[in-house]
Amino acid sequence: MTRPAEASGPAHRAAGPGAWFLVLPALLPILVLSVGPLLYGVLLAFTDAQSGRTEPTRWIGALNFRDLLHDTLFWESFRIGLAWAVGVSAPQFLLALGLALLLDQRLRLRWLARALAIVPWAMPEVVVGIMWRLVYHPDAGVLNETLRDLGLGDGRDWLSGLATALPAVMIVGIWAGLPGTTVALLAGLQNTPQELHEAAAVDGAGAWRRFRAVTWPALRPVALAITALNLIWNFNSFALVYVLTGGGPGGRTRLPMLFAYEEAFRYGQFGYAAAMGCVMVAVVSVLLAVFLAGRLRGGGDA
Amino acid sequence: MRTPAPARAAQYLALLAYLVFLAFPFLWLLSTAFKPPRELGSAHPTWIPEDPTLDNFRQAFDEQPLLRAGANSLLAASGAAVLAVLIATPLAYVTTRYRSRLGRALTGWVVVSQAFPFVLVIIPLFLVLKNLRLIDSVPGLVLVYVVWALPFALWMLAGYVRAVPAELEEAAAVDGAGRLRTLVSVTAPLLAPGIVATALFAFVTAWNEFFFALVLLKTPEKQTLPVVLTHFIGAEGVADLGPLAAAAFLATLPSLVVFAIVQRRITGGMLAGAVKS
Repeated sequence: MTRPAEASGPAHRAAGPGAWFLVLPALLPILVLSVGPLLYGVLLAFTDAQSGRTEPTRWIGALNFRDLLHDTLFWESFRIGLAWAVGVSAPQFLLALGLALLLDQRLRLRWLARALAIVPWAMPEVVVGIMWRLVYHPDAGVLNETLRDLGLGDGRDWLSGLATALPAVMIVGIWAGLPGTTVALLAGLQNTPQELHEAAAVDGAGAWRRFRAVTWPALRPVALAITALNLIWNFNSFALVYVLTGGGPGGRTRLPMLFAYEEAFRYGQFGYAAAMGCVMVAVVSVLLAVFLAGRLRGGGDA
Repeated sequence: MRTPAPARAAQYLALLAYLVFLAFPFLWLLSTAFKPPRELGSAHPTWIPEDPTLDNFRQAFDEQPLLRAGANSLLAASGAAVLAVLIATPLAYVTTRYRSRLGRALTGWVVVSQAFPFVLVIIPLFLVLKNLRLIDSVPGLVLVYVVWALPFALWMLAGYVRAVPAELEEAAAVDGAGRLRTLVSVTAPLLAPGIVATALFAFVTAWNEFFFALVLLKTPEKQTLPVVLTHFIGAEGVADLGPLAAAAFLATLPSLVVFAIVQRRITGGMLAGAVKS
């Protein structure tokens, strides 16, 4: 069937009937629970589907989208979602880069630091939310207590203040995503050529020059990929904010996913919520394409 | 290359700052879980409980059906882990080893579908599972988790499959072993540690999941731990913080244990040995 001497190598063997047999177990669940629902979801956006209604669902064309265009609450939520996604992903990347560079050094107790650094990754998002509710708690929280000890005033109710709620949940978002991003960047750092690094050091290049000239070019692809993924994941995040503020106060932290969730499962507007989902996918894809295209083109001179 | 002492000191300081930032919320959760109501209401809460107690844990079990929720979570997470690995291992094998257009298409789809917001998936899923009479049931949730865990499982498994040297399989074929025989007695044993690690990852992902469980499970008896945990939240008075923290801590323990196990797993050495011999 295959000869070891075959020039093209094993990765290029044509798949025989056996391969079909191996792919089949994945085919059915992916079709029924992923491809099907997504197409179904896009179709729903063009209907007046509602939950628990007895009349048959009707096609209403682009009516949902026209309504959505004038739904100022939705666009406000969308704006918050974008601010959240950028405001979490950017610091997440910078902090994770710093941590990854540190963990890549030959420091003592590095194994312990590595193990501790990924603990937040293992936690359920609901628990992360609960933990930070305890930190931010106006009376029993450690944040206000620390501020009082330092003589910085009486502290405040961080999660229900109009001005502080969004920054407060953003910090939680950064905290929760830091370990995953760090691990990805750490994996990228293992690919940087060590000899080049040492050669540059011998030539008298400082730490910053070495980072720019040797580390960063090798790390770039990983950094771009993880940041793009973080942007998507953060824009679509739900559980953290649901637990921390439920979207309040006054809608200041109502991310698009919370908005759509309420529309679908509190008010039963399936069709309208599906239209929101479509708009979210469309806008995020466009923004992401612009981000990646810009970054990849800028690659030549950096 | 030696780092000068002041720079080294700065590095340790920075690392310490990171660890404090990452660890303090968890330590505060622990501290709250063991505090009696009197200390929780104190104007000056302390890091270390002066009078530690287990009452919060007892009260947490009294207030919410944590054991049943834990059993539901266990069922959902282990079901998802086993099924995800059963489905993903053959697919990952085919896409890494062979030129299979269908395999590539499926893998590609699984990756791309990650970018779609859950809300676009959950409404149709809700309707599909309703028609299959799998709504409001843990088995229905397992099916959703399997598909949801696939991208990461495929990615991990592809790495493990690539690490199994194709020469070994070819040597077995030359020795006259059939394709199935080769898969079962050569590839599978080498892949086993990777499969276990992948299953454990899928377990943690499903154990921690909240959104799908929130939407799909309405009957209180069927809800998983993260959903039940949110029942503790609300306009909580200071005295309720203890049970909340205790329950949250207990719900995290299985994830932490599994993560600790996965971390220690080293597969590289075994493979290197296999190629040499």
